[in-house]
Amino acid sequence: MTKVEAVIQTSRLDAVKTALQDIGVEGMTVIEVRGHGLQKGHTEFYRGREYTVDLLPKIKMEMVLPDDLVEKAVQAIAGAARTGKIGDGKIFLSRIDDAIRIRNDERGETAL
Amino acid sequence: MQKPFAKWFLLVLIVVSFANLAAAQGLGTSGSSSDAASSADRLAKLEQQAADAKSSADNAWMLISSALVLMMTGPGLALFYGGLVRKKNVLATMMQSFAMMAIVTVLWALVEYSLAFGAGNSFIGGLHNLFLRGVGAQPDPDYAATIPLQTFMVYQLMFAVITPALITGAFAERMKFSAMALFMILWSLLVYAPMAHMVWGKGGLLNASLGGRFPTLDFAGGTVVHITSGVSALVCAIYLGRRLGYPEEPMPPHSVVLSFMGACLLWVGWFGFNAGSALNAGSLATSAFVATHFAAAAAALGWALAEWVRNGKPSVLGGISGAVAGLVAITPAAGFVGPMPALVIGAIAGVFCYTMVAKVKARLGYDDSLDAFGVHGAGGTIGALLTGVFASSVVNPIFKNSQGVALPSGLIEGNSHQMLNQLVGIVIAWGLAIVGTLVILKVVDLAVGLRVSDDHEVQGLDLSQHGEEGYYWEASAS
Repeated sequence: MTKVEAVIQTSRLDAVKTALQDIGVEGMTVIEVRGHGLQKGHTEFYRGREYTVDLLPKIKMEMVLPDDLVEKAVQAIAGAARTGKIGDGKIFLSRIDDAIRIRNDERGETAL
Repeated sequence: MQKPFAKWFLLVLIVVSFANLAAAQGLGTSGSSSDAASSADRLAKLEQQAADAKSSADNAWMLISSALVLMMTGPGLALFYGGLVRKKNVLATMMQSFAMMAIVTVLWALVEYSLAFGAGNSFIGGLHNLFLRGVGAQPDPDYAATIPLQTFMVYQLMFAVITPALITGAFAERMKFSAMALFMILWSLLVYAPMAHMVWGKGGLLNASLGGRFPTLDFAGGTVVHITSGVSALVCAIYLGRRLGYPEEPMPPHSVVLSFMGACLLWVGWFGFNAGSALNAGSLATSAFVATHFAAAAAALGWALAEWVRNGKPSVLGGISGAVAGLVAITPAAGFVGPMPALVIGAIAGVFCYTMVAKVKARLGYDDSLDAFGVHGAGGTIGALLTGVFASSVVNPIFKNSQGVALPSGLIEGNSHQMLNQLVGIVIAWGLAIVGTLVILKVVDLAVGLRVSDDHEVQGLDLSQHGEEGYYWEASAS
């Protein structure tokens, strides 16, 4: 099992979600986050005072997938989230030891 | 057969009519004196009805104006200020405005009205109208001849409510609620009541329409409302000190949307404030209404354009702040100037207040959290001066010679002396605000302490002062 974490532009959420559903990804968790990588923030002015906003709103998606689905999911996310500009985000993959379905104690890939 | 009958019928009718006419004329010659009496009666009755109709019309407008001015405090100012603070202080900030609606109203009924508008000396009213004694349906011609004195009283109350509420912008996010309440009670009695009496009260030193020693032109409260509140705000901001973390920590407004709604409500409410200050529904009210609107528009453009030049973008907050600055500046002038000078006053105020808020405040380093001084103190002062420049006897013949001929009002009309009178009004308003506020702050500081503890300030005043939160968004609440 692999955990896929993708930080993407907020405007690409629907496209990425659809692309993942199309390849059979059945569950995901979506979180509204703030952050920045290479992309710099912007400045705001309130009554002449300048504020630098360097943490920008992003969407973070998390899903744990059976290994045979991971590469397809990575391609689906990258394909749907890419605009070609700085700030498109990143995808992180990590190993997952186990998964437990709370409803009936199923374990491993069957619990996904 | 029918024709002769018709002829006879007509003849009879004519005879009867003549007889009636003769009888009526005979009656007329014999009873001419009682007829004259009845027509004099009818004339008097008609005059009374005309006066009643005018009185009703004026009263309707003044009651609506009173409601409009109350709307400026809540929700207008409460939203405007509430949006400008951080999320953790939104309720406490709105509560400070709302509390004025309750506290000052009670104070006004018991004693403040009498101190402001009761007959007294040049500086403050007496105690004749304590508990609103003698304030009823009968008009007081010195103030407003066509509306019940009670209407005048409640209209003026709304000004007494919003003026201290304006100050709360200076010490937002750090003052104890108890200290704020005590401060405002003392401020209403010691600063607002004397200033209102001097400018608008019977026998007041600065009263232009009732023969004051230094007739200061202040139509709707440039000195009484905006200079006193704005300058007191500056004193409060300096005395209390900066908010924790200011200016290093960013403190952007938590909702410009709320401020936007508040500012637009203020703009509408200001028609009651300025046009209502005509105290009747006549053409002067229209003139003041027009001047008010034009100044607000020009000032919104002035501020936004100044920002556009400096920062590359015209902001929403800049536009609405500019509109409020223009409304402040036109307040003393509203009933004395035409539409074109109103545009000029607005444009000057927009750029001037932007400079005060964006440049001067940063240079001097005081933390006037929501710019009560930069908008109301600065805008009120520039407005009071420009009133002396642009006041027109065509718009409002306030000064007359013994023959009743209108004399020049402002500088442009040739009354250069008026600038001196305006200056006297401004200096008295500044002086009273500075001295009064310093003394009251000292007293309240000793009595209950002014600032919340550092912990409470970090936690936010909503929780620490009122035990509630403006936005309860945790998942468990659903």
